[in-house]
Amino acid sequence: MSGAIRVLKRHWRVFVRTWRHNLMYNVAEPLLYLAAMGFGLGALVQQIDGMTYLQFLAPGMVALSAMYSATFECTYGTFLRLYYQKTLQAILAGPVTVQDIVLGELLYGTFKSVLFGTVILVVVALLGQIPSPIALLIPLFLFLPGALFSILAVAYTGAIKNIEYLNYYITLVIMPFFLFGGLYFPVSTLPGWVQQLNWLNPLFHSVEVCRALSAGHPSSRLWFHVFVLLLMLLALLPLPLRFMRKRLIS
Amino acid sequence: MKNVIVASNLQKHYGDFHALKGVSFAIREGECFGLLGHNGAGKSTTMKMIYGLSTVEEGSLTIFDQHISLTPPEIKHRLGVVPQEDNLDPDLPVLENLEVYAGLFGVSRREARESSLAMLSFMGLESKEQSSVDTLSGGQKRRLIIARALLNQPQLLILDEPTTGLDPQGRHLVWQKLRALKSEGVTLILTTHYMEEAAQLCDRLIIMHEGLVLTEGTPVELVCAHVLSHVIEIRSPLDTIPDDINEKVRQFGGETLQVMDGLFLYANDGKALWQKIGEWGLPQHSCFLRRSTLEDVFLKLTGRGTEP
Repeated sequence: MSGAIRVLKRHWRVFVRTWRHNLMYNVAEPLLYLAAMGFGLGALVQQIDGMTYLQFLAPGMVALSAMYSATFECTYGTFLRLYYQKTLQAILAGPVTVQDIVLGELLYGTFKSVLFGTVILVVVALLGQIPSPIALLIPLFLFLPGALFSILAVAYTGAIKNIEYLNYYITLVIMPFFLFGGLYFPVSTLPGWVQQLNWLNPLFHSVEVCRALSAGHPSSRLWFHVFVLLLMLLALLPLPLRFMRKRLIS
Repeated sequence: MKNVIVASNLQKHYGDFHALKGVSFAIREGECFGLLGHNGAGKSTTMKMIYGLSTVEEGSLTIFDQHISLTPPEIKHRLGVVPQEDNLDPDLPVLENLEVYAGLFGVSRREARESSLAMLSFMGLESKEQSSVDTLSGGQKRRLIIARALLNQPQLLILDEPTTGLDPQGRHLVWQKLRALKSEGVTLILTTHYMEEAAQLCDRLIIMHEGLVLTEGTPVELVCAHVLSHVIEIRSPLDTIPDDINEKVRQFGGETLQVMDGLFLYANDGKALWQKIGEWGLPQHSCFLRRSTLEDVFLKLTGRGTEP
């Protein structure tokens, strides 16, 4: 683990230099969605589950920002470090293991996920769209989906050889997550089989938890979502290590 | 003398490609050991096995008396690595490239800065401290990579083509630094395409070809063992050279070697051979007499030169 922390220090230094640009694209996009959907659809929709449409939408944007941050860092970011910059190979010549390097990537993705999710949370709270103080638990919760999205992304990135394949991941994995994850409308409006599939959608679980905490309706049901996310995390954790080892060690 | 590395019968496959077919050598403490060979001869594969980017598939590798299959962090702690490719971190400026790398060895931030500044000045890059890595010239990048490899004061420095792409000044600068390190007792392992570099720096070397070690020795030993002491390079097209030249050289007690589209004539008495070639119908103005070097050994052994 100490090796992973030393690798993470490299990422931290880069973060210190680049956080302003990061803030721009990680935060602007969810806020644009919020504005467009909030004003556009919000004019048509009166209330959902006792919330205004903006209150319904806001926690979804927090979960979305958290997903994007982890995903982009651990797909495009990791791919660049692995194939173009060879930064990971350079680090591996130092006194660390592949496991340290993979953990470093995952920790960095998780950190960015929690950070930018929290930034959106602060913004929508300042806009008055977060009714409950229980929402303060959201940043703590975000570690879980943050780590999971990082694991998924590093595993996929380690499994592919061409940067073009990252587009498949974004279009065929991340887009469905966010279109069907119940960010813009309640999942109960979807056909039954899509609702069933949503149990495999980490963003769906993440949105459910964020929304309940934001509305101040924590229930034992939330533990179920947390449990599913944790299960996915533990099941998928070996994958990034296995794929990245193949890429880094010949 | 103590051996730092002992490799015995190392083998490696990449799919169908048999990259190493049984490579054995031993590297002694404090010497500069060279690995010579074409691209694809197995030099880099051997180097990667030593510095932990490749596993030992078959055979045995011992580094600092420890038997390894994949070099662990404790051993990498004592190594310095100059890889063949430029893998400086473009996300960080020059000084931070070094500080981050020093940090991997678990030193404090202050120590990391001190050793980084010391190495920048050792490699003559003080003025580049805050520069972006992308703005450095090829030679400066190479020097920065060497500086990075020295941060942990390695006992064993692994240099995979350290001077490829450098101008003559840059190359001489790197050679001087490497000699300075050797005089401090650092063991060096070097791969290179430049025979002059190998002759200048290496105490002993092996010539590799298609995954095998062809020969081993000091540069002088190898020249004595494999080629006659002088060579005349004929610099006119092959079809203008009289057909019976090979026969005549052999009768004279020499040897010939065809190198691509040129012909090399070897003899121990170079001056006498030089006198003869005029008689044999070779114009001296298109010929060049010199002492044989490691390059001649390399050309002869690795088959880019062919004996008729």
